[in-house]
Amino acid sequence: MTRFGVLRFPGTCDDDEALAACELVGDGVMLWHGDSDLQGVDAIVVPGGFSYGDYLRCGAIARFSPAMASVVEFARDGGPVLGICNGFQILCEAGLLPGALLPNIGLRFICHQADIEVEHADTPFTQACEAGELLSIPVKHHDGRFYAPPEQLEALEANGQVVFRYVGDAPNGSSNGIAGVCNERRNVVGLMPHPEHAVLPLHGSEDGLKLFASAAQVPAGV
Amino acid sequence: MSDTATPFRGQAIPGVEQAVALGLTRDEYALACDKLGREPNEVELAMFSLLWSEHCGYKHSKKLLRTLPTESERMVMGPGENAGAVDIGDGWVVAFKVESHNHPSAVEPFQGAATGVGGILRDIFAIGARPIAVLDSLRFGEPGSERTRYLLDHAVAGIGHYGNSVGVATIGGEVYFEAPYETNCLVNAMALGLARREDMIRSAAAGPGNALILFGATTGRDGIGGASVLASAELGEGEESKRPTVQVGDPFAENKLIECSLELLERGLLVSLQDLGAAGLTSSASEMASAGGVGIDLDVARVPLREADMAPFEIMVSESQERMLCVAEPARVDEVLAVCVKWEVSGAVIGEVTGGDALRVLQGGVVVGDVPVAALVDDCPLYDLAPEAPAAPLYDPPEATLAAGTSVRETLLALLASPNIASRRPLFEQYDCLVGARTARRPEQADAAVLAMPTGAGIAISIDGSGRRVAIDPYRGTIEAVLECAANLACVGGDPLGLTNCLNFGNPEKPHIAWQLSESVRGLGDVCRALDVPVVGGNVSLYNEGADGPIYPTPVVGMVGELPDPLAAGQLGFSREGDVVALVGWDATPPLAGSELAKLRGEPLPSELPATDIAEIAAVHAAIRDAVRARDLSSCHDIAEGGLLVAVAEAALAGAIGVRLTLDDLDEARLFGELPGGFVVSGDAAAIDRLEQRVALQRIGSVGGDALVLGDETWSLGELRAAHGALATLFP
Repeated sequence: MTRFGVLRFPGTCDDDEALAACELVGDGVMLWHGDSDLQGVDAIVVPGGFSYGDYLRCGAIARFSPAMASVVEFARDGGPVLGICNGFQILCEAGLLPGALLPNIGLRFICHQADIEVEHADTPFTQACEAGELLSIPVKHHDGRFYAPPEQLEALEANGQVVFRYVGDAPNGSSNGIAGVCNERRNVVGLMPHPEHAVLPLHGSEDGLKLFASAAQVPAGV
Repeated sequence: MSDTATPFRGQAIPGVEQAVALGLTRDEYALACDKLGREPNEVELAMFSLLWSEHCGYKHSKKLLRTLPTESERMVMGPGENAGAVDIGDGWVVAFKVESHNHPSAVEPFQGAATGVGGILRDIFAIGARPIAVLDSLRFGEPGSERTRYLLDHAVAGIGHYGNSVGVATIGGEVYFEAPYETNCLVNAMALGLARREDMIRSAAAGPGNALILFGATTGRDGIGGASVLASAELGEGEESKRPTVQVGDPFAENKLIECSLELLERGLLVSLQDLGAAGLTSSASEMASAGGVGIDLDVARVPLREADMAPFEIMVSESQERMLCVAEPARVDEVLAVCVKWEVSGAVIGEVTGGDALRVLQGGVVVGDVPVAALVDDCPLYDLAPEAPAAPLYDPPEATLAAGTSVRETLLALLASPNIASRRPLFEQYDCLVGARTARRPEQADAAVLAMPTGAGIAISIDGSGRRVAIDPYRGTIEAVLECAANLACVGGDPLGLTNCLNFGNPEKPHIAWQLSESVRGLGDVCRALDVPVVGGNVSLYNEGADGPIYPTPVVGMVGELPDPLAAGQLGFSREGDVVALVGWDATPPLAGSELAKLRGEPLPSELPATDIAEIAAVHAAIRDAVRARDLSSCHDIAEGGLLVAVAEAALAGAIGVRLTLDDLDEARLFGELPGGFVVSGDAAAIDRLEQRVALQRIGSVGGDALVLGDETWSLGELRAAHGALATLFP
């Protein structure tokens, strides 16, 4: 059974929900930002929230935590890593994912259900989906506008690194409507929408569970 | 008094004039001297002026509040604790409270609203409950005013900034726009928490020799005099000068403080816990001592400071945010401080519990203030109100924005676009309503918010209070506010467990305000007794007056109820083609006087509201509740502002499906009049037949199509939606 580690920083908000989602499809353990020991987990989830208050640029402080140094190594060894919202921002700050997340175009926090399209099913977090599949997953963020310089953006599209795209207008003004991307090796995935808030009937949509179920299919140690 | 009367040799005595400047009356100063046996020094006077302020001492409201029903079998904590709490079974308890942060928000809306959220959250985790939800209740002037738009934009952003970052879902709320709030806006925040019954803790200090530990943020000069200068006086000219009395919030510090506090409690390390709110250390320490019948010695030299040269009185009254005070046994102190270190929260032993009866303030071991706890807490003078019904109307008629004699078609669109009815989406989309993953009904899905509980059951929450209706008739208007909340709960299948209230009124020393307040509390007591719902706690905010007069009297009611299955909670939108639409509950034509339509037409406020039969309305609520719980109804929506046709339009918009009405009586009052106790429901024919066995109803149409059709009139969903989206322009 896949063992997930959920990384908790001071100011993380959606950690319990991420762990609960992992435990629907596998085992889960909460990891502490100050501890560089990843406890031998098979996959890492960096959840949403406001790490260290995000009073500086979002994720800019969290990337320096001892646990993040281990996550960078884990990712370099090919371990599957999922960044959700603030986790996505942290992975970008840590250089594990391309691009940056800027304040929303309206300069306001937005929270609502969004439809996103799975562009590629060949990542550890989308392999249980079909390419082109639509997922209903909520967004809730103030800094979710994906940006990359034009050349990099073109390369991301050409390499198939745009994993998720908003259907219709991006709520935050993201370049090319990008909701989530992966690294070149495709083992690290980040997205702004919150799949952990769409895993039970209570949530009104269970589409988000597919991301966790995808990772649970990965044999341990890949 | 001679200098020899003070034990503080060489210290200047500030005297009566300084006391008056700090908000005490001359009589109160004399009383303080009497209780102390001498004139207070600077530290002691600062403490008296704050604890004897209206905000802390409830001088003009305590006698009235004592008339409210506060008992129920399900109640675990009631008034007097940091928050009220009710039992929801299986050892779980839900705590809740509403509180105002009006004047800070009028002076600095972003921080005022943000720290309002922070303050009410601390009340919740101070009793050992994890905060799980926030609701807000806002009142502003008409949105045509630039100042209103500024206050609205910044207050909403402040609530979102704090609630979103701290990681607590903002699941609901309400906002009204009325001219009397133009200079004195209202920002009330309600919070809910969840606790295991055995983990709950009270604030009473105990055990002489036990350590007093301050933890959380450091103490600075912010918010000095907030409770007395700002919260207990009318707003006047030059309010910008009061900006330094507004505190600045740090939701990240609060997030750590929540986790730190809950871990301390989970590990059983604390004897008692109290948050620091208005009047800072002064009120927290004296209330802990008073509740426990003990004394406290507190050394200001041991308080971690932001600024090195703070005077003892400043440290004692600072309202720096995100701080908690606890009592722990000496053997536990190291463990307590280690938990603080883990959460990167500052913690320091600043004093100890004593066997005496005084709150003694020391500075490096030297006594700089020494006041009997009872003098500060119990001897605060309580005043009788001198209520007098006003001889002439208190409020000008609202400004007309809609001509008389408009067609039904125009009237409905104008109402849907009016500030008090238009969709709140531009506001609530700025709040995270999902964090915590308990939210079963979000804003605009249902009349009340619904959260799933670890017991498997759900709780429903609603907050309401139409100031204009209370201004018309304080007694019946307050009853209506409570009935409105109960109706909202019924729509999702919720049965009330308790309510909390925030009484926002003008200056109670004026006879007509005293009358509004007394009548409102009388109504609150009567309706709570009739519905058998206890008041578990609340807050009073008086002196809400600007240069142009008092606000509408605004009792804000927050009600919490339970339902067996959160997945069965009702929804407000029509959902199924062919469903029968029924009007439930009304047996009389609702009056237009005092309605939203009357407001748009600029009609003066009428002299009274119609009487309501509370028992009859409660029976309607019960029938609705049972039908929702049985999953009999496709939709259920309470008829409120704008009347029947607005409620039907809202249900069509929420479900994105049309409706064909078969009403033959197109009388304006019938379509747009307002009266408590009415509902618009939809369901299959058999379900509506079953509901009719319980309660009078009238079949008024059927669900289907993509328009609202009434006789010869047709409104497309698109044009209804465009009108309903009017508030979007306020958030460009």
